[in-house]
Amino acid sequence: MTQIAQDDTNAVVIIGSGAGGGTLAHELTRRGIKVVLLEAGARQSYATFTQNPGEAFVQLTWLDPRTTSGSWTVPQDYPGLPSWTAKTLGGTTVHWTGATPRIQPWEVRARSTYGEIAGTSLIDWPIEYSELERYYELAERRLLVTRRHGNPGLPASSHFKIMYHGARRIGYHRVHTGHLAVNTQPADERGMCIQQGFCVQGCKTGAKWSTLYTEIPRAEATGNLDLRLRCHALRIEHGADGRASAVIYRDAEGNEQRQKARLLCVACNSIETARLLLLSESSRFPHGLANSSDQVGRNYCRHTAGFIWGVFDKPVKFWRGTTLAGIVEDETKNDPKRGFVGGYHLELAALDLPSLPLAGFPSTLWGRDLGFLMDHYDRMAGMLINGEDMPRATNRITLSTSVKDSAGIPVAHIHVDEHDNDAAMRAHAQRQGRAIYEAVGALRTATSRQTPAAHNMCTARMSKDPRDGVVDAHGRAHDVPNLYVSDGSALTTPGSANPTLTIVALALRQAEHIAREMSSRNL
Amino acid sequence: MSTSATYPRRDFLAAGGILTGFLAAGGPLSLLAPSRAWALELGSLSSAEGARLLSVARTIAPHDSLEDAAYAIVVKAIDAAAADEQVRATLKAGLAQLGEDFATRAEPARVEALQAVEHSEFFSFVRTKTLGTLYASPIAYGHFGYEGEAFSKGGYLTRGFDELNWLPDVPLEDSGPKAGSGGR
Repeated sequence: MTQIAQDDTNAVVIIGSGAGGGTLAHELTRRGIKVVLLEAGARQSYATFTQNPGEAFVQLTWLDPRTTSGSWTVPQDYPGLPSWTAKTLGGTTVHWTGATPRIQPWEVRARSTYGEIAGTSLIDWPIEYSELERYYELAERRLLVTRRHGNPGLPASSHFKIMYHGARRIGYHRVHTGHLAVNTQPADERGMCIQQGFCVQGCKTGAKWSTLYTEIPRAEATGNLDLRLRCHALRIEHGADGRASAVIYRDAEGNEQRQKARLLCVACNSIETARLLLLSESSRFPHGLANSSDQVGRNYCRHTAGFIWGVFDKPVKFWRGTTLAGIVEDETKNDPKRGFVGGYHLELAALDLPSLPLAGFPSTLWGRDLGFLMDHYDRMAGMLINGEDMPRATNRITLSTSVKDSAGIPVAHIHVDEHDNDAAMRAHAQRQGRAIYEAVGALRTATSRQTPAAHNMCTARMSKDPRDGVVDAHGRAHDVPNLYVSDGSALTTPGSANPTLTIVALALRQAEHIAREMSSRNL
Repeated sequence: MSTSATYPRRDFLAAGGILTGFLAAGGPLSLLAPSRAWALELGSLSSAEGARLLSVARTIAPHDSLEDAAYAIVVKAIDAAAADEQVRATLKAGLAQLGEDFATRAEPARVEALQAVEHSEFFSFVRTKTLGTLYASPIAYGHFGYEGEAFSKGGYLTRGFDELNWLPDVPLEDSGPKAGSGGR
């Protein structure tokens, strides 16, 4: 294992090994750049993934506490779990469902397209869609995304048949098994999908792309990666010149360490990235590192989400098969006549038996209504709404003033008040989802409210104007020239697409930029 | 059974009831089990409290043909959590408030009694524990038809992931070929 000295001021330090950090680590190390990769979690593998949902949840999930406030329903329905992301090598790419749609062209011009919407902090992205497209193509080829570049789609499961025919019957045309980073045949030194249905517990065949068994081992093989597991970053230090100089972290034994750095890339997923920057305040950066704009932690987006369930009188067995191999794209347009701006996907979604009652329904459901739904578990179909939620300056991550973690450091506090546009979008999506199921004979339909944030975005967003965001078009902090944000925090607005493909595309682009800057000694 | 010098004898006897039941005759479990009778030792709850709690769980998540044994597992989990003093206090107070005859009342009355405390910490805790435990046991898997882990059996690619036949097939252009079917 490569070891980089802690006082090596030439080291690039990446904090977090998910879609952004893991990809960036590989892209830099294969270019000969020495990288220290800090990961708070442990290393799992095909062998250690478990298909006992309760065990998998404890094994993979970021369970460190957060506090919450605001009018959103998530704390009531999901106490203790405002966000569902991973703490493991590979980050949330171990847990995700593999969905890789692209953001839509107008979604990177959200402010220009939607106009002024009261109570939002909409801005446009500082990059052109044509630029993003180049990297989408690279990312899709890298991840072997289905139904792109000649790759066939996944086969239709029983579960998808219901979505497909219901959607077609109510007039939808763009319904298919999805753009997924899931192998339909062995490729990329990974296995193929055998339709297990345990995608979110870690894919035991490696059919689903994850940095855990692609980018990270390849980065290690270059000999330029110093991977440090169970290391939790506590603060980033800077010098008198205002440049980031080191990261303080707690190692696997619980001891504090300092790793010096030539440049730092923060990729901790949006809640912890914001928290780390806020914890790194100093007299020069009294509101947190790189936060002269006061935008760190703000504009927190999660996608308008929620489950829709349909119950039938004949078996479906929706747990059998790739969890998200089905999508309806027709509503991803911007059509304010529907009563809201922005669009949404409807995505196939199943839950295992033990998880369904607490994850899939609102906390107000019990009694015979609950009993009826659970009695029909093997005759159930489900979908998840994934829509563009509105960024708001007051939806934000801050440092808790009341709760500290086991190391005595303030935990992240999440405040969310849902915008009316989000509520209107969800209501529309629920009506449409119910209509899909009724069109193929559902006995009953049911919905959840907003679900814990599987997608966390925009808390250190890209902006053209340094007053509107935290980083520039390359993810480089406006305030700190050798500090980068490399995860979903950098997305300017959330769009209606699951964020991973966009995160990988931006990481590929950022890697090129960093390598160029380093070789021309600008960094 | 000896009493510890640090436990007042009365408290030692008051804690730890027993929950008992019978497996349904002819059900899959009764065919496997050495005896149809089962008993569950409780650490914090009395026998009466355990029985009442089982009835609360059945009212929150009613499944008429689901074994009492499945609900006993919920009671056991809640009893274990009640080793915590605060949890125990909330739980015992909540159960006491429901009244000694709760378990014998008809369902509408039980539902009404729980609706009255629906916003309490007691109800929220019991609901969360019930929903989080009831559907996680092998008994529940068998009852609801959930097949559990799939990797060791090769997934469902050749075991019926697409067997639904009451709707037409999906055109290939909107899906994709099954592996081994020769398509690309």
